[in-house]
Amino acid sequence: MIPLLIVGLYLFAVVYVGVFAFRRSERRAGAEDFFLAGRSLGSFVFVLSLFGTNMTAFSILGSSGHAFTNGIVTYGLMASSSALIIPLSLFFIGTRIWALGHRHGFMTPVQMFRDRWECGHIGTVIFAVQAILLVPYIIVGVMGGGTTLEALSGGLVPYWAGGALVALVVMSYVFFGGMRGTAWVNTLQTLMFLAFGVLAVIVVGAGMGGFGHVFREMLANPAQAALLTRERVSPWYFFSYTFIPLSSIAFPHIGIFCLTAQKLTHFKRTVVLYPICMLAIWLPCVFLGVAANRATEVPAIKAKLDARATLASAGPTLDQAERDRLRRVATGDDVMLRLVEHYAPVWLIGLLGASVMAAVMASDSQILALSTMFTEDVFTFYGGTARFGPNVQVQMGRLFVVLLTLVAYAIALRVPQSIFDLASQFAFAGYSALMPLLVAALFWRRSTKWGALAVVLWVIAGIAAIAVIQLNVPAPAGPPTVLWAVGGVPVVARAAAGLVVLNLLPVVPLTIVSALLMWVVSLATPTPAARTLARYF
Amino acid sequence: MLVALLLLAFFALHQDSWFWRASEPLVLGVLPIGLAYHAAYTLAVSAIMAVLVRYRWPSHLEEPGRSEPSRPPEPER
Repeated sequence: MIPLLIVGLYLFAVVYVGVFAFRRSERRAGAEDFFLAGRSLGSFVFVLSLFGTNMTAFSILGSSGHAFTNGIVTYGLMASSSALIIPLSLFFIGTRIWALGHRHGFMTPVQMFRDRWECGHIGTVIFAVQAILLVPYIIVGVMGGGTTLEALSGGLVPYWAGGALVALVVMSYVFFGGMRGTAWVNTLQTLMFLAFGVLAVIVVGAGMGGFGHVFREMLANPAQAALLTRERVSPWYFFSYTFIPLSSIAFPHIGIFCLTAQKLTHFKRTVVLYPICMLAIWLPCVFLGVAANRATEVPAIKAKLDARATLASAGPTLDQAERDRLRRVATGDDVMLRLVEHYAPVWLIGLLGASVMAAVMASDSQILALSTMFTEDVFTFYGGTARFGPNVQVQMGRLFVVLLTLVAYAIALRVPQSIFDLASQFAFAGYSALMPLLVAALFWRRSTKWGALAVVLWVIAGIAAIAVIQLNVPAPAGPPTVLWAVGGVPVVARAAAGLVVLNLLPVVPLTIVSALLMWVVSLATPTPAARTLARYF
Repeated sequence: MLVALLLLAFFALHQDSWFWRASEPLVLGVLPIGLAYHAAYTLAVSAIMAVLVRYRWPSHLEEPGRSEPSRPPEPER
């Protein structure tokens, strides 16, 4: 009951933050104030909230679960690569988005693309693709809220009520507080993540009798020693993961967030501190996820280890249904929760619950971004603001927040989460492949709207093809199923973790072909007028 | 050019094949070498970012804040 009370307190606090932000903004209301916090975020809030916006439930639960199954490789795959790529993209691209936003008044990336490439409807196509790729995140957020509250309350709060509560809370502070409220909540969320990581390591470490002997025992066990190396993945697969963080700056909510800094110099602290924040949150989670392999005194974790051992010894002989059941048992997404539950005092369980709630509510930035995009890229672009005025534009944005949250909740009640988990994975690949749009717009004078259209159409086709194949070819129990080979060399294969192309994640060919299409098609089509280029170069 | 080379070198350092199959030594008695390497790598990235900010900051992008909000020009449709 105490953990539930702490989570309740957290939810109350974030709604209050939203209302407080609303009071702060009343005197200077307007679209820029609501959607971009008046481009006035200070350095501290900008650093922490930008980082918090990039963190999702995966950062705490998913990372430890992945490490439980795959070992220390999780940190190199997802954290240290992001620690390099994301600050670099903020340094080279985020600063330019900020400058153009200030100079020309852009509030969304699509506004910039339309102006840069002198296009209208192609911008609408980019908006549509960005929106389609973003929606699964919002739905997963609502689902995560329902699942977490149900688990924390031991079933006292049913899934539908938990999801409804989370949807209502997020909707409230986004509705009232706009970007200012969202940024403040994300700042609080990041501070909670940072505190949780350190506390969890100390408490669980003490409970397990110190980590030194835990890892020495793992080294002595051949089956577990591999988890302390990266031999379970190939170097090429590891390399291909470095393409995933390219998606960060291409996500519209991150691009829009870059416009909220009061000064360009706020990016300085952000790019320097970003890797340290990654370390502070991901290292404890990965470390604990790996260490959980020795927590056999925790019944739920023991059951996972037994299921994994059965799959390893008798997997190919089992029928598909039994394999799927064992895979579900062996999955490690809740190991952090189980460790803390077993070793930590109730108040830390409450803090974990609140941190997880904070993480699943990261959908706030995405809801606000979609609302900003809808009102700016569709409503305003097609004459709505000119006809009805800027006040109606803000009200339209708020209405969109309500409608989007209600639709996300309705879908969350009816569709299995696995579908949207999968869709979220595809979104990373899709946004990474959209990254050449930003690079071309900001750094290459010769780029054209037709090159941009080619990239967008390629991304739609590529993601749809991957989704269809992955959903129709079941995950193999053993080695990857080769779907297409040339001269005996497997080109496309279905591995247990998903589709691979030449042993690489599909994001690699998707992104490289995107860049090539932008290059070739732009060279074959006319450039924008010189007066337009003069605004950028 | 020097910055580009430095960043490429850092990108290459992420692919640390030399520790691929190594689990020992346990750094500080608890961190497997592969994990300790990437933790140190993350800190080094922060240092590189500090160098970038110090010596390659795009100060030409800085400008005084706008006096009033402007709207993007109407694109040709």
